[in-house]
Order: sequence, then structure tokens, then C-alpha cells
Amino acid sequence: MSALELAQRLRARFSDLFSEPAEFRGEISMTVSDAERMPEIGAFARTDLGFDYLVDITSIDNYGEDPRFTLVYHLYGYGHRCYLRLKTNVSEEKAEAPTVIGVWLTANWHEREIYDMMGIRFRGHPDLRRILMWEGYPHFPLRKDFPLSGRPTEVPEVAFTDAAPLAGGPFVTIAGGKDTVAREPRVRIPDTDELETNSRLERRLDIKEAHGQAFGPGPIEPAKGS
Amino acid sequence: MPETQAIQFKDAAARAAEAAAAPSGDTADLQGEKMVLNMGPSHPATHGVLRIVLELDGEIITAARPEIGYLHRGDEKIAENMTYTQFIPYTDRLDYLAPLANNVAYALAVEKLLGIDKDLPPRCQFIRVICCELARISSHLLGLGSYAMDLGALTIFLHTFTEREKIHNLAESLSGARFTTSYTRIGGLSRDLPHGWVDQCRQFCKQVVVNIDETETLLNRNRIFVDRTQGIGVISREEAINYGLSGPVLRGSNVDHDLRKAQPYLVYDQLQFDVPVGTAGDAYDRYLVRIEEMRQSVRMIHQCLDKLPGGPVNVADGKVAMPPKHRVLTGMEELIHHFIRVTQGINAPAGEIYFGHENPKGELGFYINSKGGGTPYRLKIRSPSFVNLSILQHMLPGHMVSDVVAILGSFDFVMGECDR
Repeated sequence: MSALELAQRLRARFSDLFSEPAEFRGEISMTVSDAERMPEIGAFARTDLGFDYLVDITSIDNYGEDPRFTLVYHLYGYGHRCYLRLKTNVSEEKAEAPTVIGVWLTANWHEREIYDMMGIRFRGHPDLRRILMWEGYPHFPLRKDFPLSGRPTEVPEVAFTDAAPLAGGPFVTIAGGKDTVAREPRVRIPDTDELETNSRLERRLDIKEAHGQAFGPGPIEPAKGS
Repeated sequence: MPETQAIQFKDAAARAAEAAAAPSGDTADLQGEKMVLNMGPSHPATHGVLRIVLELDGEIITAARPEIGYLHRGDEKIAENMTYTQFIPYTDRLDYLAPLANNVAYALAVEKLLGIDKDLPPRCQFIRVICCELARISSHLLGLGSYAMDLGALTIFLHTFTEREKIHNLAESLSGARFTTSYTRIGGLSRDLPHGWVDQCRQFCKQVVVNIDETETLLNRNRIFVDRTQGIGVISREEAINYGLSGPVLRGSNVDHDLRKAQPYLVYDQLQFDVPVGTAGDAYDRYLVRIEEMRQSVRMIHQCLDKLPGGPVNVADGKVAMPPKHRVLTGMEELIHHFIRVTQGINAPAGEIYFGHENPKGELGFYINSKGGGTPYRLKIRSPSFVNLSILQHMLPGHMVSDVVAILGSFDFVMGECDR
């Protein structure tokens, strides 16, 4: 069975959700209109269509467009040896999608990496911590508005636009903190030099109060009462 | 004013008397108390900078939490800000034990985006296969050598490194560098094989087989090695698939999946080779799979050297590959091509591709999302070590502390690739 036939079967099952399969260089991609349905789609693809191997999940930052983020799932089946790519959009305001760990356990670290690098949260993930950067790091490096060394930027408090000083710069951790959050200099309020040990979101609010601006392109604060 | 205080040292008899007088409830609490042990990031068995936070009950692991990212350099971010060709040296530093294979994987991914992966000159394709298989042997030799050394058999390490040194010599005469080869270019190779290289490679293949046999003689029925690896770190077929493992770790768990057979690229469909598969899924099976893979790689290199055709090693299209330097200095069209390739890069079409390559460690995949032009909009590296390590949290509990070394060695991961 070819990848196109499998894509058509998936589309027949969830007819209202899928775009027309697009083919490029022999690969089939489909766009899912509702990210909330991904676990359901994944479960069907795995059990009924034989996509037992989740190769990869990644994310794209379409900076300046709406919706801002795209999640990309690469599926493969050991039985039929076909690849399939599923894409779904996530808005910047929401920056959240349901986890697919229930379908493929390998999604665990992939989703942590996406959260770490791009700031998209996965609802239902059992252990959504930073994975490549350290806990307490205030930015999401793979977002397009995060700068490279020497490039001008609008992200505040990022030392990448100047040469980092050897001592006391934002990359020099503060000695004596009991964890990486406490040692992260960028999450301290400069005047009081208070060590923030509360959760990441609350800390962002504190800093916002002290500075009058948000601290980098951090996660969107959850709506009250949700 | 601080006051000076005399410190009273208790002698051993006094301490013993105090311990005996203490209520027994205090020591009874110690039974079953968990201890948290930090393994790494600088531990010789972690082969780099992996840190595992182990929770122990005596010597038994009750929970394990791998912490990665100590070698994170932001390769994906870097790739978004440079041309496709400029990123090739960065691929050397992913799996730095098999740089030649990474070069080939990345070049093939970009060529797939350009739509020229089927038009590569045959000589280029054969040389690339030789490079991949040399890299596989090199990576497995190091993996086995350090694995056996971790388990107390130092001889193997010295044995395999002798052979590995010869591969570095071959890589040096091939590309000018022993480790950071950067040998491929988009649409071909940086240069053709040097004079006499084919004979050197043949000679190496004959020598390495002897070395592999000796290694097997020393290890296969070595009582200590077998006791420490058999039945340790068992991964069932279902777990291996569910956790998305790849490479020898997957095949050790009895999953017959090799991208060279399942999705043949280059000239792998013209070569005769077998894919070894384990049965028990333990550390010993993963070792056996690696040993046999090296033999199959030697078999493939022999076939490639026999069939190696003549002709160019780069595609003729000046819009993709750099024209030869002597033509650049004499011809107008070649000069323009050279200038555009250097300043703007290759003009890739808009689109997205995923290319998975069977690297020594597993499936190294590149997902490239292009909006046209000389740089990728998004380049994601699907690294096998990253995915393979994600199962540790699940499989380590229940093992002894000393088994961690045996399990980590059998995974044969590289943190440069895991953290990117």
C-alpha cells in the first residue's frame, strides 16, 4: 500500500479535518485543521493504518504570520514502509497542543524539546521540563525573534548582541543557588537582587511588574480561571 | 568579638558507646531509605556529558532521570542563518565519531530538496557508500573498544583503536582532516579519491576483518563480559518500536529495519549485504549486531571498490556544484556561477523534505523546510542518540548501579549528536 493510499484512508476517516494530500519529492504531507484532534488521529494512524513508528516531531515558527507555529509529525510504518507527514497549526496566543505520548511513547522527549526550543506547551505531558536548556532559562532560542550573536534584536536582556563580558555577564551563573533557576542571573530583579524561587510563570509576572515589560518572548500566561 | 572554642574530639570508643546508646529506631529508618546519586556529567562511562540522576535503594535503581543538553550548541538555529554549503562542517560535529556518514546524510537531504538525488554521478555515489561504511566501522570499533573497557577488558580498546587509526589515515588522505572531514558538497564531493587510495582501502579491509575476529575471540565467550551483558538492559520488540529506537539498538531487539534496505538510497540496492538482527534484545545482542554490521560493511566496501566506475564526482549543473577552479579562472560563465554559489548559495525551491539516513548510531534524519533561496527556513536534525536515550528513564529502574555502565555502553550514543 502506498503512502498516498494510506493518506486517503486517513482522510476518509477524518474527512472534515484534512487538507488534500500534497506531494513533494515523493513525500506526502497533509495539514490537520484542528491540533486538538492529533491524539485521536495518531491513535487511528497507529492501530488501523500501521504507522507504528513516530520518527520525529518538530515545530516551525512562522514569525509574522498567523497562526504562528506549525507542528510537524513524521510517521513511518514498519509493515508498509511508508512515510507520512502531518502538519497542524498552533496560534501564538494559545501556544498549546495535546500530547501524543498516549499513542507513541517516543513523543516524550520530542515534545519536551519543542517546549524548550519554541515554547509550545503540551497538555497532558507528564514531565514537561526544559531538556536542552536549563530550568530557569528565560527564552525560547529557536523562535525567529531570538537573535544570533552580533545581530540587532528587540529581545531585551539578551547579551548576544554584544560580546559577553568575562565576569558578571548574563551567562555567568550566580554561585550558591540550590538549582539552575536560582543560579540564572537573567531571572533576578536587578535592583533588589532577590532570588526568585517561585515558578517560572509567576517569576515572569514579578519581573514584568518590576520592569514594566515582559521578559523576552516567554510563554503566554494562562487565562484566569482555566 | 568571636570567642575561641575548643573542639572536643571523641575517640573511637566514645563514638561506639554513643552509637550503641542511640535508640534503635534511628537506624531502623535507614532500611529502605532512598539515596540519590548523580552519575555524570563527567563520568567515563557516559562517553561525553550525559548526566543521570539515579535514585537508589541499596544497589538497586528505583528511578532514573537522564539530564541532557550539556553539549547544546544550537546547530539548528545556526543552520537557519547560513547557506546550505556552509552548514556542512557543522555536520561533522554532530556524531563526531562518524563525520563522513553525517556529511553524506546532510548532502543527500539537501539534494533531495533540490531534486537531484537521483542524478548524482555513479562514481560519487559509490565513494559516498564507501565513506558511510568506513564511518560505520570506525564508530563501531570505538563503541566496542570503549564498551569492553568499561566492563574491564582493556585489551579490546587497544586492539580496535589500532584499526580505527587506519580509518583516520584514510580519511586524512581523502579529505585532509582526520576527524572534521567535511568531505561532501551539495551535488558531489569536495575532491576525487587520491592516487593509491583504493589499494590502501582494500588493504585496510583485509586487516580489519582479522581484528574483528580477534575481538570476537576475546569477548564472545569471555565469562565476565557475558555475565555482565546477557540479560541486562533487555528491550522488548514492542518497547523498541514504541520508543522510536533505531540503529543497532533497534535491530538488537529483533526488529528487522535498516534504512539501507527499507528505503534504499545511493547504490545500496546494487550491493549484497545482510542485516543482522538480535533475538533477546539485551546488551549482548546489541554487541553481536555491531560486530556483524562491521563485517557486512567490509563486504560492501569490497563490492564498491570492485565496481567503482570512472567519471566525474560532481553534478555538471553549475547552479548546484562549484565549477572547477581552473575553469573559474578562465571562463566567464564559470566565474559567475562561482560568485553566485559563494555569495548567495544554492537557490533551493520552496518545499519541505525529510531524509533519513542509516548512520552508525541509528536513523539520522534531516527535515528541511525551505521558503526558497540559499538558506533553510527550518532545519531539524532528528538524531538517533537523542531518541535512543529517551528509553533510559523507563529501562534503568530495576537494574544494579554497575549495570548502568553496561547498558550505556551497549547504546553507543554520542552527546554531540544528542544535544546538537
